[in-house]
Amino acid sequence: MSSTVADALDHDEEHGPEKGIGRWLFATNHKDIGTMYLIFSLTMFFIGGAMAMVIRSELAIPGLQFVHPEFFNSMTTMHALIMVFGAVMPAFVGLANWMIPLMIGAPDMALPRMNNWSFWILPVAFGILLSTLFMPGGAPAGGWTMYPPLILQTGDAFPFLIFSVHLMGISSIMGAINVIVTIINMRAPDMTLLKMPMFVWTWLITAYLLIAVMPVLAGAVTMLLTDQFFGTSFFLAAGGGDPVMFQHIFWFFGHPEVYIMILPAFGVVSEIIPTFARKPLFGHDSMVYAASCIAFLSFIVWAHHMFTVGMPLTGQLFFMFATMLIAVPTGVKVFNWVATMWRGSMTFETPMLFSLAFVFLFTIGGFSGLMLAAAPADIQYHDTYFVVAHFHYVLVPGSVFAIMAGAYYWLPKWTGHMYSERLGKLHFWTSTIFVNVTFFPMHFLGLAGMPRRIPDYSTQFTDFNTIASIGAIGFGVSQLIFVAVLLTAYKGSKATDRVWEGTRGLEWTVPSPAPYHTFETPPKARIASEVFE
Amino acid sequence: MDEHEKKLSAEHRSLTRRLLLLAVAMFGFGFLLVPLYDVFCEITGFGGRTNASAATVEEAPDLSREIRVEFVTTVNSYAPFEFAADVDSMTVNPGKMYFATFTAKNLTRADKVAQAIPSVAPVSAAEHFTKIECFCFTSQEFAANEARAMPLQFIVDPKLPEYVDTITLQYTFFDTARSAANGAL
Repeated sequence: MSSTVADALDHDEEHGPEKGIGRWLFATNHKDIGTMYLIFSLTMFFIGGAMAMVIRSELAIPGLQFVHPEFFNSMTTMHALIMVFGAVMPAFVGLANWMIPLMIGAPDMALPRMNNWSFWILPVAFGILLSTLFMPGGAPAGGWTMYPPLILQTGDAFPFLIFSVHLMGISSIMGAINVIVTIINMRAPDMTLLKMPMFVWTWLITAYLLIAVMPVLAGAVTMLLTDQFFGTSFFLAAGGGDPVMFQHIFWFFGHPEVYIMILPAFGVVSEIIPTFARKPLFGHDSMVYAASCIAFLSFIVWAHHMFTVGMPLTGQLFFMFATMLIAVPTGVKVFNWVATMWRGSMTFETPMLFSLAFVFLFTIGGFSGLMLAAAPADIQYHDTYFVVAHFHYVLVPGSVFAIMAGAYYWLPKWTGHMYSERLGKLHFWTSTIFVNVTFFPMHFLGLAGMPRRIPDYSTQFTDFNTIASIGAIGFGVSQLIFVAVLLTAYKGSKATDRVWEGTRGLEWTVPSPAPYHTFETPPKARIASEVFE
Repeated sequence: MDEHEKKLSAEHRSLTRRLLLLAVAMFGFGFLLVPLYDVFCEITGFGGRTNASAATVEEAPDLSREIRVEFVTTVNSYAPFEFAADVDSMTVNPGKMYFATFTAKNLTRADKVAQAIPSVAPVSAAEHFTKIECFCFTSQEFAANEARAMPLQFIVDPKLPEYVDTITLQYTFFDTARSAANGAL
């Protein structure tokens, strides 16, 4: 490791990237690796999206149209695994790779070779996962939560599912270690922890969450594997095990995982809103404390995912109130974003539009989350489309919109050219309209009692399902506009170093496009926000 | 490599090592949750767990109180058995010993080993439902097509919470072939 660090620092002369495929295969440059993460994530977003199209086509009208129920179940399972582990998480790791060193004035990530590993494990993991679609018995169809005993009925795909989850976990843990070491050891002189930009802060917290819970998931799936092949009975009732225990272990991972997918989104939005409101972020330190609170609370609320398995009254009360408590720090964040905009000189470029939609629509998802947190009500909502509506509202117009916002915001810094604002706005408006057409009716379906993970339904659910399916196709097609934005990104006018009028922070002091090597000597600026004052 | 770089790379190494250790520790913690969960369930009766081996209890009948004990039986999927309680329910006094019998039949022409797994609802009654003798304490061997009555001897603790007037005892009957072959039983 020491020689790598030395390599990065020893060359004084500017040198460009390696030529050919080697640049990517053996990449150690944080910008190259960030780019690869982002492209990988976009690819997975479209593969997972194609599966969503299969799901919504099948559900457009009652009856079985296009696919077998078993394949339908594979689609819901694979869609979730791919979107969670393949699209959202790698997108944030990609943004972290690109932006954290630039934001804290570091020359690269702290552990560049491990960085290479953590990226290249991902295509292997998802290659394995996708290959299960062609295996006897089909792809995993027991739901992304992999509850036993159902998941143990998976065919040949089972060990491949477990192994790919192991690989995803290893990749995430290595990525997280890299982020923490970079942030702790490589900040510009005088950038104390509380002076770090919010995106860096939220990622630091996220990285700790990742290290704390991804190994627990690895443990849980390892137990599944040994139950299936090596004679243990962790979850087999006949052998003295308990399938409910899997749910506890899984959600001990699963709930922090939810915040792993949303905290960096908070960070991105906290960077963008001040820029386009032309005011500093309101209550920076309270944002830090709020994010830390959310991270802490995420460890003590897991059983709200499983109120229906039966639990003592005190348990239900504890998990219900602890869950509702999360609304407080989250409310602090939403309040601070609104207060940042208050009396600001706002303009509405694409990144700002996505961020505003994020604040508004994520809050809707937060409210339905509060409804689900109420234990007596949850028994009615559990495993219905209300839950589907809830987590899609926090993940699609939540995490995904924040990723889109970040991509538009930093794209000129990456490419050196302004993207087409016309296409960007078109992408935003079609996405925002269709995302609501898709997911809002699902609230009504859930409240009316339509269960999730079924390929067919009673006819009274037809209208809202048809509307949701139309919205889904529209949302899917809208994402092609984003590809058009990327493909035409080189055509726009030259971007200035600051790109946007109201930007502050070290990443805007380097030229656009950001040169292959930046901050080989630490920046002089004492703190980021002083750069442009 | 100058002093500063040497110091930095040493710092990287030590922090990386500590973080890796944390990851390994959390992997261990995942497995630690298994015994912790067992202890938690035993203390609280969570999951409707009852005593797993024979217990001795002094009889102290409380004739003023009547509790309804219901028996529910389930045969796990793929287990080739018939399995049912001989009576659907009993009315009992707390502190008094009772007998019940369950009948199971092996539906195959091969020898089979079965295991019954009990669960009590409501959860708050689980720790007050004590089995003196139960066919669920050990696995049950059945010859081909054998049918047999199996005994249960139980006592309901008078300390059962006031609000509980019905206890449901549920058994799931498993074919242990798979777990026996795995060496788990």
